[in-house]
Amino acid sequence: MASDSTPLISARGLGKRFGELVAVDGIDFDVARGEAFGFLGPNGAGKTSTMRMIACVSPVTSGSLTIFGENPATRGAEIRARLGVVPQADTLDLELTVRENLIIFARYFDISWAEGRRRADELLEFVQLKERSKDKVDDLSGGMKRRLTIARALINEPDLLLLDEPTTGLDPQARHLVWDRLYRLKQRGVTLVLTTHYMDEAEQLCDRLVVMDKAKIVAEGTPRELIEKYSTKEVLELRFPVDARPMLDHTLDGLADRVEVLADRVLLYTSDGDAAVAAVHSRGLRPETALIRRGTLEDVFLRLTGRSLVD
Amino acid sequence: MATVIPAGAARVVEHNALVFRRQWRGSLTVSFFTPLFFIASMGLGLGSLVNRSSGGVGGVPYIDFLAPGLLAATTMQTAAFECTYPILGKILWDRIYEAMLATPLKVRDVVIGEVAWVTLRMLMVATIFWIVMAAFGVAHTPESLLAIPAATLSGLAFATPLIAFTSTQKNDSVMGTVFRLVITPLFLFGGAFFPISRLPFVLQGVAWATPLAHGVALSRGLVLGTIAMPEAALHLAVLLVYVVAGGVIALPLLRRRLIK
Ligand SMILES: Nc1ncnc2c1ncn2[C@@H]1O[C@H](COP(=O)(O)OP(=O)(O)OP(=O)(O)O)[C@@H](O)[C@H]1O
Ligand SMILES: [Mg+2]
Repeated sequence: MASDSTPLISARGLGKRFGELVAVDGIDFDVARGEAFGFLGPNGAGKTSTMRMIACVSPVTSGSLTIFGENPATRGAEIRARLGVVPQADTLDLELTVRENLIIFARYFDISWAEGRRRADELLEFVQLKERSKDKVDDLSGGMKRRLTIARALINEPDLLLLDEPTTGLDPQARHLVWDRLYRLKQRGVTLVLTTHYMDEAEQLCDRLVVMDKAKIVAEGTPRELIEKYSTKEVLELRFPVDARPMLDHTLDGLADRVEVLADRVLLYTSDGDAAVAAVHSRGLRPETALIRRGTLEDVFLRLTGRSLVD
Repeated sequence: MATVIPAGAARVVEHNALVFRRQWRGSLTVSFFTPLFFIASMGLGLGSLVNRSSGGVGGVPYIDFLAPGLLAATTMQTAAFECTYPILGKILWDRIYEAMLATPLKVRDVVIGEVAWVTLRMLMVATIFWIVMAAFGVAHTPESLLAIPAATLSGLAFATPLIAFTSTQKNDSVMGTVFRLVITPLFLFGGAFFPISRLPFVLQGVAWATPLAHGVALSRGLVLGTIAMPEAALHLAVLLVYVVAGGVIALPLLRRRLIK
């Protein structure tokens, strides 16, 4: 049993291989009790592979991993009893009703039928699916299924909730509902580990996060630390007419700390956006639009992986 | 339940029962009418011809010969249906097992739970079948009730190897072939409708190598009251070997399939 100061999850040199393919390449991280911890990374970076090892459903290939201070290889079932898991793809039972999905899941955790029914009703309220409790899961929208999966992950009142892209495919309203619910869980002391492709989600929910790329962790810190380290205070976004773009190659050199030319716009990383705008104009460039904004995780992501957060 | 099988496996049974709750009426109705129609048409109808031309089969009216053999053939079919498409669906399509294995349940619970469930299903089917046999006057001794567990064991001898087989399948393309080339031929030629001794010599050997011939012989002997202890023990032993061997290979195969 881990005491309060020992990490809830601890990984050292953690690796996962599928045959020849290295999905996770010796990563180190700790997650503290009560923390909300995020994995960011482009498609195929190894986020899901890592989450599945933490969930004790995928054996560790190399390195060490402990959850609640215990070894998943020998104590998998005991660890899983204290986890809530929202997998990347829903695994709901389409032949059962919404409520039955929760009740039978409670049984898997050895919770009595009566208590399972009680928790099911409470959780359906929590994720705002009470009106649909008697419907077949097949009839739910994608966003409702996702909320049901989250409710199902909470049926055993887990100490640690693992969420693999919890809001992918949700409309903004459903996403905000999920964020609110996750925030409430966090306030109750539930430790959250999540992956996401949405930087606003990461910024809203995560106390700390790591960026993964090509099976490795390439950066770690709080959202603020990462922005300070890998981005600048301000970012100037310029859009040019299509025919003006090829001429940009070197004309922007020296105008900012760093210049990123994307498919649809140019980003100038600078501490002073207004000065950069003036400098752009003084070089005779006439962008269609010029927008000054604060540096975000999106910029961090771009800098570290060379890719946008949402491809 | 928990005292007979592990608690985790009991949860897998509960899951199946919850799904079954939605379809039990239809399912049990089919389990009643199928033997009724078979025994009426073949046992009485065709049987009257058989009885007139050759005085029944092996000294008993054709209906008495047919019905208990058909019982074993029917539990085989139940096993085949329960252990192919539904299990592949839970591996591949609905990924029910993936959901289960994210909880304290283990692959072993899944295998034992599925075997326990198909056992329950076959007990239901065989019990209804026995009632139909009793209604036709075929089953009328207390010993004939033993045909219910005997036929269930015979079905299990198909169930565990089929779970092992299903665990290796990437899609359902081979499953239709299993029904066409294994289950249906055995149903027709495996001793239920006519004695295996009527088959060409080589095929007799093939028939006796399968569990069905032993299940049919056991069920028939128990219902007719003609079976001797050593013979019964031999059939039981063959069936048990199939059940255990199937179970022993199913576990690692399903584990390899589900744990990545
Ligand atoms: N069961 C598997 N068998 C073989 N390769 C796998 C398996 N699961 C994942 N991989 C491979 O491992 C690598 C990492 O995949 P993973 O799913 O962990 O990425 P991810 O970061 O979750 O990506 P995404 O954002 O697309 O969900 C990929 O190259 C993937 O093809
Ligand atoms: Mg993933």
